[in-house]
Amino acid sequence: MKRWLSIFFVGGVIAYRGLFNWIRPAMYIPTMLGSPLFQLIFFTKLGQYAHAESRDFYIVGNSIQVCAMSSVYGMTMAVANERWFGTLGPLLASPANRAAVFLGRGVPVLANGLLVSAFTFGIGVLLGFRPPVSAVPALALIVVVTTTSCTAFGMLLGSIGLRAKDFWFAANMAYFLMLLFCGVNIPLGDLPGWMSFVGRCLPLTHGIEAARRVSDGASLGSVAGLVGTELLVGACYAAAAFMLFRVLEHESRRSAVLDAY
Amino acid sequence: MRVARIIASGFVMNLKMVGTSSFFLVTSTVQPVIFATIAFYMFKSGGQSGTLLYAALGAGMMGVWSTTLFGSGGMVQWQRWQGTLELGAAAPPPLALVYLPFSLANSFLGMYALAATLLWGRLVFGVPLRLAHPWLFVLSLPATVIALGLMGLVLASTFILYRYANALSNLLEYPVWIASGLIFSTSLLPGWTRPISWILPPYWGVLAIRHAALGGAVWGPLGMVCLVGLCALALSTLTFRWFEHAARARATLSLT
Repeated sequence: MKRWLSIFFVGGVIAYRGLFNWIRPAMYIPTMLGSPLFQLIFFTKLGQYAHAESRDFYIVGNSIQVCAMSSVYGMTMAVANERWFGTLGPLLASPANRAAVFLGRGVPVLANGLLVSAFTFGIGVLLGFRPPVSAVPALALIVVVTTTSCTAFGMLLGSIGLRAKDFWFAANMAYFLMLLFCGVNIPLGDLPGWMSFVGRCLPLTHGIEAARRVSDGASLGSVAGLVGTELLVGACYAAAAFMLFRVLEHESRRSAVLDAY
Repeated sequence: MRVARIIASGFVMNLKMVGTSSFFLVTSTVQPVIFATIAFYMFKSGGQSGTLLYAALGAGMMGVWSTTLFGSGGMVQWQRWQGTLELGAAAPPPLALVYLPFSLANSFLGMYALAATLLWGRLVFGVPLRLAHPWLFVLSLPATVIALGLMGLVLASTFILYRYANALSNLLEYPVWIASGLIFSTSLLPGWTRPISWILPPYWGVLAIRHAALGGAVWGPLGMVCLVGLCALALSTLTFRWFEHAARARATLSLT
């Protein structure tokens, strides 16, 4: 168990430091903090111009969605870059527990996602977002759950990167489609039925809805169903990601294309 | 003649390279369509369905800028990775001339974005494509694309010295969308941002295109987009010379 935990935590951090391309401040600050900051301003102003929803609607939606900067891109790098940097073979040749190797990579990504989300909420406060003080702990919990769920989704994309030639394509598509489908800037009720259905199968959607209600004064208990659903969605993605990782690992070994492009 | 040949061959070569990149495919077609869809629903939700062509044009121009930005940031970086940056710097033509066709090709590819959002708006949202001044629209579009390409050239020159060009590309996407008023009016922004908008070719470009499509004075913004584009060309000629010289003097051209 000690070895498992060591691989999970220490291995996760080492992998993150080695594989996350944007870890240096010169990359991290413009990409992980600057881009979400301007995304928030952009959609808040667009909403104001379109007379669509209230300012808080966009602040909550985008402040949570930006965790995907870390969850989607970070997790994709944490898995797919092993292949890109040529270290996938040695990694998979090791006897390390696969669940510890794979899931441990999500911990730093999760922490980073929380940081990005908290930073963007901080900018939201500067723009006038004022949730009730009593709602802040519940809001924090919802952000943790949603970021966890989004990280699990990132794991699935990362697993695809074990075989796909251009994993940035999938990551970019996923990030932008989440902006459209997950109720970040458009209420799900305004979307066609099939789009809101797809949105409900994705991470973020239920978490953002719960966060908006809590920011409006609802209690955590009243949104427990939404939070639970978000957690369930995340668990399903984590399970699917791990299974896909194992299947692709096996297939790559069998067909001898582990490091091939 | 020699200059024309360099521009033509560089333009075609880069168009082939970026035209087969899935990253550019997403940036120039899928991403603008997603942003256009978000804008369409937001405008509809706000009861402003009459402004959907405005949203389509804005989202298309956002795509043109994204393609220019990532192309300009990438072209120096990719050449560095491929080891061909030094060859370009050592070639007899000025480095700005070597990269000018690359930058123009990136912006040209961005026109896919405008075509994609207009087509998407027409097919999915029934946005009417009646243009108030069709000929001026045809004139405004290439003028804007060329001006954006020239602005991309200024950005590319700074990437010669800057190791983390991608970071700057990631950062500059939204701010230029905002400051140029591509999809909402710059009147929503604080007054101190106004001079920033005025020096940006996309600000004048989208005004010219929007007025040509929806009605309004076109020649003024069109003249400004040409003027700002020429200023960008002059500036990039200087900055390329300075930064190339600095990189040669410090022996940091490859930055490895």
